[in-house]
Amino acid sequence: MNKNYFEILRAGINSTFQDLGRNNLYHIGIPFSGAMDNRNYLLANKLTGNNHNDPVIEFAYQGPHLKYHGDKINIAITGDVSFKIKKSDNLINGECYQSFILENDDELDIISTNKSVYGYLAISGTFDLKFQWSSCSTNTKAKIGSNNGEKLSDNQKINVKEINNNFVNRKLNYVNTKIENIRVIKGTNFNYFSEEGKKIFFKNEFKVSKLSDRMGMRLEGKKIENIVDTNIRSEGLIKGVIQVPADGNPIIMLSDHGTIGGYPKIGVVVSADYDKLVQLTPGSRVKFQEVDLSSAETLFKLYDLETQNLISQI
Amino acid sequence: MIKNISNLGDASLYCDFGKDVNKDINTQVIKYFKTIQKKNILGVNNITPSYNKLIISFDLKKINFNKLKKIIDNIEIIKGESIQNKKFEIPVCCEKEFSLDIKRLEKKLKMKEEKIYESFFEKEFFCYMTGFIAGMPFLGDLDENLRAKRLDTPRVKVPKGSIGLTEQFANIYTFESPGGWNIIGNTPLNIFDSTKEKEPNLINPGDLVTFKRISKEKYQNYHE
Repeated sequence: MNKNYFEILRAGINSTFQDLGRNNLYHIGIPFSGAMDNRNYLLANKLTGNNHNDPVIEFAYQGPHLKYHGDKINIAITGDVSFKIKKSDNLINGECYQSFILENDDELDIISTNKSVYGYLAISGTFDLKFQWSSCSTNTKAKIGSNNGEKLSDNQKINVKEINNNFVNRKLNYVNTKIENIRVIKGTNFNYFSEEGKKIFFKNEFKVSKLSDRMGMRLEGKKIENIVDTNIRSEGLIKGVIQVPADGNPIIMLSDHGTIGGYPKIGVVVSADYDKLVQLTPGSRVKFQEVDLSSAETLFKLYDLETQNLISQI
Repeated sequence: MIKNISNLGDASLYCDFGKDVNKDINTQVIKYFKTIQKKNILGVNNITPSYNKLIISFDLKKINFNKLKKIIDNIEIIKGESIQNKKFEIPVCCEKEFSLDIKRLEKKLKMKEEKIYESFFEKEFFCYMTGFIAGMPFLGDLDENLRAKRLDTPRVKVPKGSIGLTEQFANIYTFESPGGWNIIGNTPLNIFDSTKEKEPNLINPGDLVTFKRISKEKYQNYHE
């Protein structure tokens, strides 16, 4: 019998356990998965005094409403999120990037993300979870990972295995900024597209479609015309690849993507922009901006330095 | 041999083995895959073999494109690294409820149902790769007269166990998934098992596969 647990009063739209994901399984058809927004994932764990790769709850749009039972525990939420903590005698308006203490019978209501998609909840301790291939990350399409590969559901319980007794109040000044220009490197099939199509890709705006999830982000815009073949021999895919199928609208592969695909690759989003890309809400408008490999590598170094710098401030 | 290495984004190598798709080329791809896997190169976090390509992705914090390209350019394929060919016989039931696209295929291929099945069941297939969804094997080659394009509009849900055909390949849907292949039957056999972490896939690249037609009664009473 676990004495420390969360009772899920409302599960939210897509709440799953995530960590850094799994490596070296593409060849059998299993993608990385893991937290979509890596920086916010790492910050959540640091704010609660955890290891950098500990499991957290990732939520999209509306988050879970939880009631806590047990010994006091620290929690932190990262992203751009509205939430409230209900204690027996008062109601606290939550702030992201700050730790809060939950006591027995307190409620945490994660109302929603603001102008972004994903947020993260970390606790000062470990959830009692089953790992698959050394990761808790839940891939609901393949039914892999913790919680039997399913998203959280109403009325379920989440057991806490251990509390790390780390009750230091931690705080960070950080504001998420929205990206408008996504930097990309030309893809291996860039020349499958007409001159006009290439121009549209780099000059026009695209709108993020509602048909976006952890597998991929669909975009809508002026049709990108293919002049060679709308299919290629099926081959491997990676996170950030932008495929253009016959309808001429780009699809960007995200963390739970299929490992093999047969549509031409017009470009690949640079690693430095991935965290911000996944936070784009349906209806957002974006432009693609071309960069070369060495600039992309420099951009990633800067991104990584900034992340390390933020972590060290906590 | 690798004909050309380019970058796919900033964190992967795209190794091209040429235009042709056949067993010999694919065997080369698999040999490279196995050699690189054994080398445990620091920073490499995924290697994806396909018909005639190999994509090697890496952690940009640990290595970059130029450094890894140098290593791959100079890699020596382990001599005598032979690929084990396991053989499998996959039971397939072709009753109406499972052969969702057989009528469509009769029209597309201008062949009678019996002829399609005859040609399909007498073939020994080679597993070129696995993926798209976990454990899905891509098996080739179908006889020329069985080659058809994907459905114009892919199904939102293809049932688990479905056997699909498209172009020169057959595949097996390891769990319910969207998909556009022409479905001709269903197997009761479990092709992917996520609880077997060491070997979740029944069929792996290089394996040889034949299909055996079974009755509905056998399908229903099938035990592994």
